[in-house]
Amino acid sequence: MEFRDAWSIARKDLRIELRSRVLTNQIAPFTLLIVVLFGFALDADTQTLRDTGPGLFWVAVLLIALLAIQRAVQIEDADAARERTLLTPVSPSSVFLGKSIALFIQLVALEVLLFFVMLALFNLSVGNPLLICLSALVATIGVATSGTLYGVITAGVGVRETLLPILLLPVLAPIAIGATRAFGDAFDRVDADGWAWLGLLAVFAVVYTVLGMFAYGQLVEDT
Amino acid sequence: MSHLGYLIAGWAIGIGVPTLYAIYILSRGRKLADKVPPERQRWISSTEEQSRITDGQG
Amino acid sequence: MKIKFMAIKETQNNTTSSRITRFLGSCLVLGVPALILFAFVFSPKDDTMEDAVRLLYIHVPVAIFSYIAFGITAIGSIFYLWKRSRWWDTTAHASAEIGVMFCALTLITGSIWGRPTWNTWWEWGDVRLVTTLVMFLMFIGYLALRQVPASPEVRAKRAAIVGIIGTINIPIVNRSVEWWENSTLHQQSSLTDGNLEDLTLFTWFLGTLIIGIAYLWLLIHRFRVGWLATEYEAQGYGVAIEERQAEARAHNTETSGHLEEGEVE
Repeated sequence: MEFRDAWSIARKDLRIELRSRVLTNQIAPFTLLIVVLFGFALDADTQTLRDTGPGLFWVAVLLIALLAIQRAVQIEDADAARERTLLTPVSPSSVFLGKSIALFIQLVALEVLLFFVMLALFNLSVGNPLLICLSALVATIGVATSGTLYGVITAGVGVRETLLPILLLPVLAPIAIGATRAFGDAFDRVDADGWAWLGLLAVFAVVYTVLGMFAYGQLVEDT
Repeated sequence: MSHLGYLIAGWAIGIGVPTLYAIYILSRGRKLADKVPPERQRWISSTEEQSRITDGQG
Repeated sequence: MKIKFMAIKETQNNTTSSRITRFLGSCLVLGVPALILFAFVFSPKDDTMEDAVRLLYIHVPVAIFSYIAFGITAIGSIFYLWKRSRWWDTTAHASAEIGVMFCALTLITGSIWGRPTWNTWWEWGDVRLVTTLVMFLMFIGYLALRQVPASPEVRAKRAAIVGIIGTINIPIVNRSVEWWENSTLHQQSSLTDGNLEDLTLFTWFLGTLIIGIAYLWLLIHRFRVGWLATEYEAQGYGVAIEERQAEARAHNTETSGHLEEGEVE
């Protein structure tokens, strides 16, 4: 298991994304749509939007993540790409890391877009930029690793689109709570210890990275 | 007795739901048992386990 | 490790019953009315909760056994991945289904109890409520995954991994919810402070015993149903073989005996 292998897998996934442009042409506009929908639903009242901003941000991220994960699984459906990757000398743990890294980079790109759009439209002010960056990065590691793991669990299943959300979203509950709290603290919206929440997010990220590296090989063998 | 409505509702659900579930399981078991031949109705997987259990060491 | 009574079919009357389940079933037939009697008539009312306390004699045992059921699912999943035995896989599945039902009952009876006592159906700030809800949803997903058509081995392996991850996740969820609101409306265990009256204490234990027997009874039956379902499924795949066998039997009994060994599992 080498990081170099993982990186080449990640590059493969990212290159497919760059060429197919699903991320920029479909998922990114969807991101904007979610923000607009929140605006409609919460009645253009900027005070409410400011207060619920951190939570809305992470709800949006989870919805986008579902799409991105489906997409990451889908690109390997054709030509039995998943099984063929096993024929290369790359270890399954490296494949898992590589796919997680690719998903992570895509999600971070979308989060940056989402963040600035929300900042402008919801009129948010950032109190603690470092906490924002760190908690977003760590939470996204957790989303990317658990997403990659559950993506492959639902791979090759006819009802994947509907099965993935009910399997993954409850698992992501700690992320939804933790990242929202950390953001709330960083936006000076709630009285919470954002750094403690960052610790919880880090535990989640580590647990799912380790679990994924062990389980991925087992799961891919039989899809 | 105070809160009688709550009490009746809670206990009715608490006993009713498992009862309905039990009836469902039993009828499902009956249907499946009719379809599966008796020699395949041992709750064990391999012949090795079968012999171990029939030997009384299970 | 296999428990003998779950491993041997003792009857030939085409049900999933056996001597042990009939015994457990009889215990329930006598025990449930007794529990109702104790919960409603013999046990005294609580000083603060008044008669609402009588709901707890079912709420708490069901909650305890939903956690036990998910624990058994996790153990079954680990053993499946280790031993690759269908026995453990079927046990994990059976226990998860009963666990989900008990978990739903926990949430419902708790909600009904919370309304008169806490004056609310639901409290987002309560650690146990939210953790139980997330756990419930997680195992709903587990059951959904098990419904998906796939070969038995693939399905069992995926379900086992989801079962294990779900269980690992429970403490993380619990911790996050606890930090989130840092409060619980649940009282600390009243069993240890010694203030309970004898009859109240006895009713608690009776409730736990009865729900425990119900869990065991359901688990054995559900296990056997799961086992038969897999057999039936295998039969479906092997219908062609069965037909060939029937033909062969008509001509030559030796051939059919030979084919049976190679039957699709």
